[in-house]
Amino acid sequence: MRKFVDLHLRPQINDLGHVEKMVEISFSLGYRSLGIPLPYNIKEEKIRQLRTICENVGVDLVTRVDLVPKTSGELLRNLRRLRRKFEIISVTCHSKSVARQAAKDRRVDLLAFSTGFPCRRFFDNAEAELASKTGSALEIDMAPLLLLTGFPRIRFLSSLRKEVVLAERSNVPIVVSSGATDVSLLRGPYDYGALATLFDLSLSLAWHGFSENPLSILEKNRKKLSPGYVAPGLFVVRDVKH
Amino acid sequence: MALKVESEDPLSERDLIRAIWDSILQLFGEYGASQTNLYLVEFNPENGYAILRCSHKAVDMVRASVVAITRVSEKPVAIHVMRVSGTLRALRKKLVVGSK
Repeated sequence: MRKFVDLHLRPQINDLGHVEKMVEISFSLGYRSLGIPLPYNIKEEKIRQLRTICENVGVDLVTRVDLVPKTSGELLRNLRRLRRKFEIISVTCHSKSVARQAAKDRRVDLLAFSTGFPCRRFFDNAEAELASKTGSALEIDMAPLLLLTGFPRIRFLSSLRKEVVLAERSNVPIVVSSGATDVSLLRGPYDYGALATLFDLSLSLAWHGFSENPLSILEKNRKKLSPGYVAPGLFVVRDVKH
Repeated sequence: MALKVESEDPLSERDLIRAIWDSILQLFGEYGASQTNLYLVEFNPENGYAILRCSHKAVDMVRASVVAITRVSEKPVAIHVMRVSGTLRALRKKLVVGSK
């Protein structure tokens, strides 16, 4: 059976009741791992509280940070500081230089783009090529599809359709996430799969975007963050005492 | 297809089917809507369960339209598709099995 992951659940983390409600509903909809974006300077105590809530419900918490850098220098500084602190790093690209830097940096897991402005979506051919070399995935949030109506939704769907074609052509993995800030925006993975057909993402690819693709990123990062990790394929098995 | 309608205030059957038709028309237009052969078989406003019948060729279209609904008569609503089945009998059986 498929294990579904929602890497972008956005509850108000200061309101633990809200977090609990969203986690419970996500669990009932079939998600078993949930990525919650956390502030850079979050305390260990807070992460422990969130982890307890998720564990009580039966869900695996994935710590994630959403970077919104203004310049590529700022992105590099934040990556250096935060890479070993969070399991998933997503970069929301508001400029072309940031988008290019994020796509060619192996420390970036997810590339996200502005939903409101189609001109600020920089996922073109060159971006897709760079992302395919580093293994970064394109993240598509479904909440804007539910929130937008009329012409903005038409433009959004049109941008997504182009990006999906580019991603498939360059073998860039697509990660589909809810991006939900409230329980009314939460839907099950199969329902999101049906919604994803609106931008010509096939059902099987959409389900991959909710299960295999995020799980492989998560597994890779957890391995890298484990204490014995040195380099790909190289682990400290035991310390030899002289 | 079996649906679970979640809203703070109970909805009427009329409001629900109108919202579903509006959503289909918005997303797929009149041409798409004409292919769905949509019919609301039953709706229980108290527990929010509904059964919707549609053409099997339009299941994905109807599913996308149903889950895209976020408001009905200005009230926030979330609709989840619980089960999809080829016949009403099998659908009811699946729902009974699923609820146990």
